[in-house]
Amino acid sequence: MKRNTKINLLLLIAVAALAVLPLAFGLGDHKKEPFTGSDGEAETAITELKPDYEPWFSPLYEPPSGEIESALFSLQAALGAGVLAYYFGLRRGRRQGEQRALERQSGSTLAGTAGKSTAEGD
Amino acid sequence: MHIAEGFLPPAHAVAWGVASAPFVVHGVRSLTREVREHPESTLLLGASGAFTFVLSALKLPSVTGSCSHPTGTGLGAILFRPPIMAVLGTITLLFQALLLAHGGLTTLGANVFSMAIVGPWAGYAVYKLLRRSNVPLMVTVFFAAFVADLSTYCVTSVQLALAFPDPGSGFLGALGKFGSIFAVTQIPLAVSEGLLTVLVMRLLVQSSKGELTRLGVLVAQKQARTGTETEAVGR
Repeated sequence: MKRNTKINLLLLIAVAALAVLPLAFGLGDHKKEPFTGSDGEAETAITELKPDYEPWFSPLYEPPSGEIESALFSLQAALGAGVLAYYFGLRRGRRQGEQRALERQSGSTLAGTAGKSTAEGD
Repeated sequence: MHIAEGFLPPAHAVAWGVASAPFVVHGVRSLTREVREHPESTLLLGASGAFTFVLSALKLPSVTGSCSHPTGTGLGAILFRPPIMAVLGTITLLFQALLLAHGGLTTLGANVFSMAIVGPWAGYAVYKLLRRSNVPLMVTVFFAAFVADLSTYCVTSVQLALAFPDPGSGFLGALGKFGSIFAVTQIPLAVSEGLLTVLVMRLLVQSSKGELTRLGVLVAQKQARTGTETEAVGR
């Protein structure tokens, strides 16, 4: 495995660990409902601070169930991930195409090194 | 950081809307100019918006025993400067307000202010500051994304504390309360966002060197330094 790939994998593992550790160590156990959204907790805090507060506007559309809501959230993530994947796929393809064209043009051994430099930062 | 629909008193909702509007209008102008002058950057603009889309849909558990989500605004702010991120962030917030009942139209101004304005600007400021001090690019990117994420949630805490001061301890008491809900929960998530932004920036450095050089993120290595400096002035 290339060094670059290793670092990228390590970054992903670190992110996964940060997400899993609170669950693994049961950090939500002190709560009645563990791991609820902080947005919802803020709503609860508002009703504690000002018990008579009534939201004066309600959402135009509300997902009818938790399932529909999670489906829409997945849709959001999938759309984003799809565009990102398209971007990187396109870039990779273009780079390979350019490299091949270069190799064909020069026909020498020189071309192989051009695309392989993976300098980081500056 | 989404303040739920109807959960800000009308006066506050309007005030945040008025505060946010000029940033978004200015952002739309910068965005159209960018696309007109550099049509080739449309793809990367889309990718930056997509990054915000993914990250703000990812609800992650945190050390406080509650869940929250990153914002993904640091990356776009570094690449295209904060005004453009104001637009991309607003689009994400609108999507969530209209389809997911997450956030809301009446609180859009406040949410835009925290996530699409203060977050990107704070991250961008950190980026510029660290770059000027010759900190390595990836370290800079990490802290810029970290600060963009965390500052967003600090602003939300301030917004809620202003609207709902504690009857006993006033604004500061409420700020402590909302801060412990939002900001503390957010710290590990901001670290995650920093790491993910570094990952995407690493992939960009591998795949889009020319683009990053044009945007001034990477310094052209073979050209004389003056070449990039004139670009910096021109922006």
